[in-house]
Formats: sequence, structure tokens, C-alpha cells
Amino acid sequence: MSILIDKNKCVGCGRCSLVCPGSLIKLDENKRAYIKYPKDCWGCTSCIKECKAYAINFFLGADIGGMGGRVHTEENGDILKWVIDSPESGISVINIDRKESNKY
Amino acid sequence: MNINTQKLQTDILIIGGGTAGCYAALTIYENSPELNVLICEKAHIKRSGCLAAGVNALNAYIVEGRKPQDYVDYARKDADEIVRGDLLLTMSEKLNSVTEKLEKLGLVILKTENGKYVARGNRNLKINGENIKPILADAVGKLPNTKVINRINITDLALKNNKVIGAYGIGIENNIFYVIEAKAVLVATGGAAGLYKPNNPGFSRHKMWYPPFNTGAGFAMGIKAGAEMTTFEMRFIALRCKDTIAPTGTLAQGVGAKQVNSLGEVYEQKYGLTTSERVYGTVSENLAGRGPCYLKTEGITAEQDDSLIKAYLNMAPSQTLKWIESGKMPSQQNVEIEGTEPYIVGGHTASGYWVDTRRRTTVRGLYAAGDVSGGCPQKYVTGALAEGEIAASAIIDDIKNIDLENVDEHEETAYKTEAENFLTEKNTPFTAEQLEEAMQTVMDSYAGGIKTSYRFNEKQLEIADEKIKKLFILSEELYAKDLQELMYIYELRERLIVCRSVIAHLKARKETRWHSFAENLDYPKKSDDFKKYINSKFENGEIKIIYRDLIKEGEDFEHFNR
Repeated sequence: MSILIDKNKCVGCGRCSLVCPGSLIKLDENKRAYIKYPKDCWGCTSCIKECKAYAINFFLGADIGGMGGRVHTEENGDILKWVIDSPESGISVINIDRKESNKY
Repeated sequence: MNINTQKLQTDILIIGGGTAGCYAALTIYENSPELNVLICEKAHIKRSGCLAAGVNALNAYIVEGRKPQDYVDYARKDADEIVRGDLLLTMSEKLNSVTEKLEKLGLVILKTENGKYVARGNRNLKINGENIKPILADAVGKLPNTKVINRINITDLALKNNKVIGAYGIGIENNIFYVIEAKAVLVATGGAAGLYKPNNPGFSRHKMWYPPFNTGAGFAMGIKAGAEMTTFEMRFIALRCKDTIAPTGTLAQGVGAKQVNSLGEVYEQKYGLTTSERVYGTVSENLAGRGPCYLKTEGITAEQDDSLIKAYLNMAPSQTLKWIESGKMPSQQNVEIEGTEPYIVGGHTASGYWVDTRRRTTVRGLYAAGDVSGGCPQKYVTGALAEGEIAASAIIDDIKNIDLENVDEHEETAYKTEAENFLTEKNTPFTAEQLEEAMQTVMDSYAGGIKTSYRFNEKQLEIADEKIKKLFILSEELYAKDLQELMYIYELRERLIVCRSVIAHLKARKETRWHSFAENLDYPKKSDDFKKYINSKFENGEIKIIYRDLIKEGEDFEHFNR
């Protein structure tokens, strides 16, 4: 598992780089974020939740059965919207209310 | 690269801004707001450590009709006696008050119409824990006398007259060598991942149960400082969803999914239901040719599918992605499970510092809480909070008549020189990454990793120790071209130090009390002779093993007269 950062969408705010628990995301000379150590990503999605430009997606590595699907989140108040784009199943949107507890 | 020294002074230094560390800071402020606290965090406090992705439930809570002693009994049974009763009880007594505090800080906990928490089983609460870490970080950020330094790698403790008087660290994004002087130091770094070869050692090598960034720093600095450690042989192996290494508890306890083999037979009753037995059962079914094993989710309702998809997004989004991109929901396809590589932690199993009842380590001035502290398994989130509170209250009492001391100049120079040596260009064939892979291969092959289905014998352990010692010598010649690489060298060396202790402990427990967690093929049976703690101390380059009698709840255990 790792992340993909879309340089064209990145606005260079650096928030992803700030929160990464492995200090794996850096800013390049043009102040665009990139993941310097893709194999070291834990898959926690902290960076994705920070990204207001929706420039970061995470995916499953092929070695753990990844099929090319990717996920990002969009925040709207208490609603965290998870957008999953998968070659097989198309786009799925799952809204999670942060004020609502898990059932299981 | 030159590194510049910066000296800092504080009343209390907390190493690690995770669950235990944050809660300790909150406790200190509530009780003694005049004290200055410095939290040093290797990443960023907002999303560091175990809870970066979130957590799906609070697994340690005393539900209505139960009492703290019940929790102690449960943890004791799960660890087959090798627990500290005093630590478990003092923790259990605080589980509910820390939970209420967490809710006040903003954590969403499921409640009934009457305002009571909804329990999941006998010990768990249902929550939305996706943002638990930002909640704790926000609370700490509001404390007037608490300062947080992010991206600082604390590498060693400062010692004077066998007492901890501070710590040393190096910036990860700035070339500063930090010298920190403190009246008390709380180590709350978490445990150690990455000692053993992971399930998927290629591209997804870090898709593991425990944060790969928890590298055993807290253990290693304590071992080097001569602190007594306990129960490193009780390794934790998580039973997880295959590939994504996502939690299984939500499926097993949430929707009641049973463990089945490839023939569809429920096998969990055959091996027992303790944490280690659940792993062992799965390993045994695979060895007997009845793999792969699954959690039987086929047949659950569409509504349950929907809830699971959401629950996993709040703690392990990879599993949700897997379900969605494969087009097969859990109701349509059982979830394959596997054991992870072994980890060394004090929050699930009981490895860590040997502490007194108030979480003081055997080195004066040094305290431990959370995953780095031993003897008190099944802490989970709330237990780590409780330990943060207990340790903080001991520190407040202990530092009343203590003055700051200046660090020893020779020690300071030695540690700074060590860092500078790693930053000095040299012609070496090895990198920290190469030696890390070598270490993981050694542990996998000779110290009971996935490769041997977690089993080992004494001869293998001897080989492992010899090889790990050699890798440590090789690590002295490593070269870091920047500060991040320097951190990787320190992390490798921390892991190698922890590996040696794990090997020594595995060797010292000449029995098999916990299948898979410590499966010694030379001694395949449990023995009453080993109904005791195995502790260790690093002295003159060697690990000295100490056997200690069990300590029950109600005892107030102290290391020395105060």
C-alpha cells in the first residue's frame, strides 16, 4: 500500500508532509508534495484526510492483491466523504458522519 | 554535515506524543499546572504512532455489572498467569474515568437513549475513533505549560550517578543535536515493529499491524541505560485479514464470524480462545494442510456489509478498498486470515520496562507508560491513557524536591560524535535498509518468525544471537547522507538491541506456555517452574537474565526504598 500524489492538483500547503507519521512526504523544489519513500508507507491515510486539494489517493500494492483502485477523502463539516475509484467497480462514495459511532 | 547543539531545560520530559504521553501531559497540567512539560515526538503529534489511522473500538472498559478485578482475571487468563496483578488492577480501576475524559475531549462513543455507553461484549465500547489522535493532540495543544517538539528523534537517555537527568536527540528536519535536561523523564515511545520479516516483504513491507515507525527506541534507550526489562519473550502476533493486515476483531466480535478452515470446519474451539491460541489454531490448520483459513462472513446481511465497510474506513481503510475493488462484499466471500510477524509490545502482550506499581522504572528519574511498559497486557487505548495518568502522578510526587542537573560533558560529546560519525562520508557497501533486511531474515529464520510458523529451538536462537551481534558491529560503519537516513541508522540499531533481548528472553523461558507467541521446540510443554517473570538487564555488553516471582494485585511493589 502506498499513495499517489497528483502534482497538478497539489497546492503546496505541506499539510500532508506535516502529519505523515513516517516523515515520508517531502516538498520538491517547486513546493509540490511527493512521497520520497513509497515502500515505507503504512497506509494510515492521515495525509489524504489533510489534503484539501484532493490531490492524494491511496492504493493497494499489487503484492497484496491491489487491482488499481484508489481512494481519497473529501471533508465537509462532520461528514468525511470517501471516494473510491476502481477499474472494476467504478466510483463508489461512502459518507461517514464523524459524530456517528461504528455499529461493530 | 555539521550539527549544532541546542540545550533545553524542562521539569518533565515526555518521550513520545502518543496516547500515554499525551494523557500524562493532561494529567500533569490538571494537578500541577505550574510544571513545565516538554513532549518530544518523532513524527507529528496530530497523527503519530498506533492511532494514526484511528481505532474502531475501545477494547478495555469495565461494562455495567463487571468490576476491575474481572478485567485483571481476563488478562491473566489470556497470558496464562504471566502478568503483574498490581499493574493490571491499578490500570483497570482507571479505565472508565479515562474513557469519560476522552468523551469530554470530543471522542464519539455510542450511547443508548438513556445516555449509557453501548457495550460490545464484556469489555468493549463502540466509538468513532477515526480522529482520536487529533482530539488528543488538540487537548495537549491547549496546555499553557506544555511544549511539543515534533520531528525529533530521541536516541539516548542522559545519565548521571545511575540516574536519568534528561535525554539526547537529533532533529529529523533540522540539523540540531538536542540536549535536554529534566527532573523526570517519561518514556512513552510505544513498542517495536520491524524486527521480523513482515508478511509482505516487497513493495508493501510496511503494511503491518503495528506502526512500522515504532522501532523500539524506548526499549533500546532503557536497555542501554541498564533498566530492567520484563517478558520480552511474550511476543505479540496478530491474527489479521490477509494482505491488508486489517483487524479481525470487528468481524469476530462485531458480526460473530467464526474461524473456519478451507473445508469449512470451525476450528477455533479445538485450540482454545486465548489470543495466542487463535493464532496457533490458524497456524496448525495450515500446517495440517487444511488452509487457507477464514473468518466466516458469508451469509451476513447487506446491512452488516454496509456497517463493516464504514467501520473499516475508520481504522483500516485498505480492507474497505479491498472489498470494493474486488467487487465481493464480506457477505459474499469469507475473509481470509493469517498471523503477522511477531512484535514486541506492552499494550497487547506484556513486554517492556519492569516498573513498580506507580510505573517507575528501575532507573531513578525514569518512568514508563503505554506500549513500552511491561507486565500489564491488554491495555489498548484506555489502558495506555490510564498508565499515562498513573506515571504522571508518580512524577508529580517525586520531583517536588528535585533540582535540574547538568548533563555530563563527556557523555554529551560522545553521543554527538556518534551522530557526526554516521554523517561523515565513508566507503561502505551497506545501507541501513540492507542491514534491516538482514536482521529481519535472521529473526525470521532463527528466532521463530513466519518462516518457521513461529517455532524455534535453542540452537537456532544461538545462531540468531551471533548473527544479530555481527549486524550491530556492521551498523557502526553506516553512512547517512541526510538526517532522515541518520534516523534510519538509529532505528536499525534500536531494533538490533531489542532483537538481542528478545532472543535472550526466548532462550530463558525453557517451556512453551504460549503457543506461537513463544513456541520453544526443545521444551514443547508448559512447566510450573516457569510460572515466573523473565527479566533482563544489560550489563557490560551482555544480557543478564533475572527470574522473578509473580506479583499479585493488592501489592504495592517498589524497586527500592525511597
